[in-house]
Amino acid sequence: MTERLLLDPTSERASSRRERVPRPSTLEGLTVGLLDIAKYRGDVFLDRIEELLTARGLQVVRFRKPTFTKVCPPGLGRDITSRADVVVEALAD
Amino acid sequence: MTAHSPSPTSAESDDSTGSDWRLPLEDGIVAVVKESCPTCRLVAPVLAQLAQSGVQLAVYTQDDLSFPPGISPVDDTELEASYRLRIEAVPTLLRIEGGKEIDRLSGWSRSAWETFTGIPDLGPGLPEYRPGCGSRSVEPGIAEDLEIQYGGSRLQARRITVAAMEDEIESCFQRGWTDGLPVVPPSPQRVLRMLAGTSRDPDEVVAAVPPDLVPCTVEKVAINAVMAGCRPEYLPVVIAALEAACTDRFNLHGVLATTYSVGPAVIVNGPIRRAIGMNSGINVLGQGNRSNATIGRALQLVVRNVGGGRPGEVDRATLGNPGKYTFCFAEDEEGSPWEPLSVERGLLEGTSAVTLFAGEGPRTIFDQLSRKPDALARSFAACLRSVAHPKLARDYEAIVVVSPEHGRVFREGGWSKKRLRQEILDMLVIPGEELVRGAGGIMEGMPTAETLPKFLPDRLWFVHAGGPAGLFSSIIGSWVAGEAGSQPVTQEVQS
Repeated sequence: MTERLLLDPTSERASSRRERVPRPSTLEGLTVGLLDIAKYRGDVFLDRIEELLTARGLQVVRFRKPTFTKVCPPGLGRDITSRADVVVEALAD
Repeated sequence: MTAHSPSPTSAESDDSTGSDWRLPLEDGIVAVVKESCPTCRLVAPVLAQLAQSGVQLAVYTQDDLSFPPGISPVDDTELEASYRLRIEAVPTLLRIEGGKEIDRLSGWSRSAWETFTGIPDLGPGLPEYRPGCGSRSVEPGIAEDLEIQYGGSRLQARRITVAAMEDEIESCFQRGWTDGLPVVPPSPQRVLRMLAGTSRDPDEVVAAVPPDLVPCTVEKVAINAVMAGCRPEYLPVVIAALEAACTDRFNLHGVLATTYSVGPAVIVNGPIRRAIGMNSGINVLGQGNRSNATIGRALQLVVRNVGGGRPGEVDRATLGNPGKYTFCFAEDEEGSPWEPLSVERGLLEGTSAVTLFAGEGPRTIFDQLSRKPDALARSFAACLRSVAHPKLARDYEAIVVVSPEHGRVFREGGWSKKRLRQEILDMLVIPGEELVRGAGGIMEGMPTAETLPKFLPDRLWFVHAGGPAGLFSSIIGSWVAGEAGSQPVTQEVQS
């Protein structure tokens, strides 16, 4: 599959780039999601992050992909966006 | 394989390609051939004969660099030269003088080639005449690609790149371009094919589309028509519908912004109905016909994407109706007891037209027993009284879609459309004491006890359509009628 072009059907008043949600200036009051992509020892890193965040009084929720070899299942993406405000993803190698 | 007769045509080449690209055209003769064409293979010895005769000859090959044998051809396997020289058939000979094409000839005819080249006794042993084949540069799919690559600025819309791993249909959803159903991804190739359906220039502005009042070009209509699933021949109908919808009379902004349940309904009259295969028969208000389904949808996609009319934003409908996905059908003029809607609304018979009506979802009139026009008209009137509310009068409008079996009752009874309308209007002059607020224990109603007609004379319409069996008709109610709301608009369809 190569890159393909589509013609914009809109009035082109909005940017064609979909901007990221801005980063919060503070984690105060936010729930932090920790996503383990199921790669070896990623959990070690995230366990330590969880300790540090919890020590700061932050709410932490853990998520895990079934396997790092495949894209995130759709349900997991929805789960993360509904339960966490920000997410830390561990890429271990 | 398309056959082309050998015929000289007028020479217009590089000036009209809109590009500063120039072939290194040396004076003499240019031949464009492809190996896969039997006529090109037939004339290969003639080209060798011409080369040996001292004629200044350049042979462009579209598919095989070892063809024609014995000649070193110019590589045109990318077809750029064929596109820019507007080659439609092969073999084609061009005569170049002063770096410009002054004459051309397609196919094989011994006498024509001899005259064209000035060389006698060409191709001894060959038949006198063979038509050529279509040029590779005009093959479907290839022609659009060439236009995109070399055709310059015909398409102006912003180009969006879809990443290699991204699904195009999902990408359209994510960008908010759809009505909730999948759309056909609007690739430049598809849009170019769509634009072939109209003689209008892609950059011509069709209308300012509410609510954002954005000038909408033919190209933008074509993009949305592709997404809706239209064929190119539907495009003139979509354009006419958009023109009608964007008039002050129709008041698309109001139709969109109201909390009421209406959307634009498109009724098509005239020869274009048959030409594009529209349904005016069985299940006419339902699913299953491509032109009915996609024309109405294309209009709604233009409103959404170009005008910015999206539910929850300017579209404030409390309930909406399923017709807001698409609501377009054709009148059965051939089987009708009456003149078509477009003719009643002032256009000449035989004119293709759309009528835009701010319509609710249709509801059925059930009457399987009335066999006389007066009785059936009473049935219609009783059902029509409920448009908006049985206690509201004068301010609403309706279209009755009269089915063939109901239409037959009026035809056999000798009732014109005009008479049917007048009889129903007379039947629906409603006493004020029934209409006034509070009457019948219902708070809704008219503010005073004035006796009023349910409909004003120019607010009740009849369209003949539907399947041959079934003693049912249908009512399409309106939004607020008149200048404060929306008025029907009929617009001629132009190619």
